[in-house]
Amino acid sequence: MSNPVAIFLITVGVIFDLLGCLGLIRLPDVYNRLQAATKSVTLGTCMILFGTFLEFGFTSGGIKALICLIFVLLTSPTAAHALARGSHISGFKLWEGSKMDKLEEDKGK
Amino acid sequence: MKKKLTQFTAYFIIWLLLTWSLHFQEVMVGIVVALIATALTRDLFPDEMIKFLNPVRLLWAIFYILYLIFYIILANFDVAYRVLNPSLPIAPGIVKVKTGLKSELAKTFLANSITLTPGTLTVEVVEDNYYIHWIYISTEDPKRQKQIIIDRFEWILRRIFE
Repeated sequence: MSNPVAIFLITVGVIFDLLGCLGLIRLPDVYNRLQAATKSVTLGTCMILFGTFLEFGFTSGGIKALICLIFVLLTSPTAAHALARGSHISGFKLWEGSKMDKLEEDKGK
Repeated sequence: MKKKLTQFTAYFIIWLLLTWSLHFQEVMVGIVVALIATALTRDLFPDEMIKFLNPVRLLWAIFYILYLIFYIILANFDVAYRVLNPSLPIAPGIVKVKTGLKSELAKTFLANSITLTPGTLTVEVVEDNYYIHWIYISTEDPKRQKQIIIDRFEWILRRIFE
């Protein structure tokens, strides 16, 4: 590892991934956990991949990292949406401290 | 025809980037693979993608990506604040907001952008209505909710897709 910017990006990326994992443990229900997991893990992973690109430059490995970055950015929110929707359809209730659930209210209509 | 050509070019460019070599054999295989992929994904590829050939829309799309990255970074500090705070400051719930966007692709982008921005996660989309899980509901007024969640993206997406 020679590029200081790459080292910085990868370090910060790992810290964000770690925060996402901490969110998975601390937050109460599946929806809140998805929030933490999606946001932190998307940026964390993207930063690690971008750091990899900076380290390897325009070589076969570096370009692959860059393409993975774009795919992670596109697929991770879609996956989170699918998981949240699936959980709600199969009847997972929101945490008892939640303020409102407009989707549950509209289901009967 | 125009759509198929766009599709083929896009696949071929991705292939060239993935192999990162201009060797004759690689290029030949790339053309074959791109042709097969074009035939297989004819129905999956959205018609509206062709709109990106317009330079003005493309410039707005590039601006949108930078704008989105700013909000993604903000979202991460938001998550960090909520997760590290010992009192766990959350007041979650699912809210309903209505969008004015008509294009299907624009709605998809909006749903994904909402998921990546601070405190919000798209749970379900029914026609014009988004059901959004919000980690900290700061206001009960639907108009104000729309303003906070959707308005910051809607105006750019309208310029890109409509």
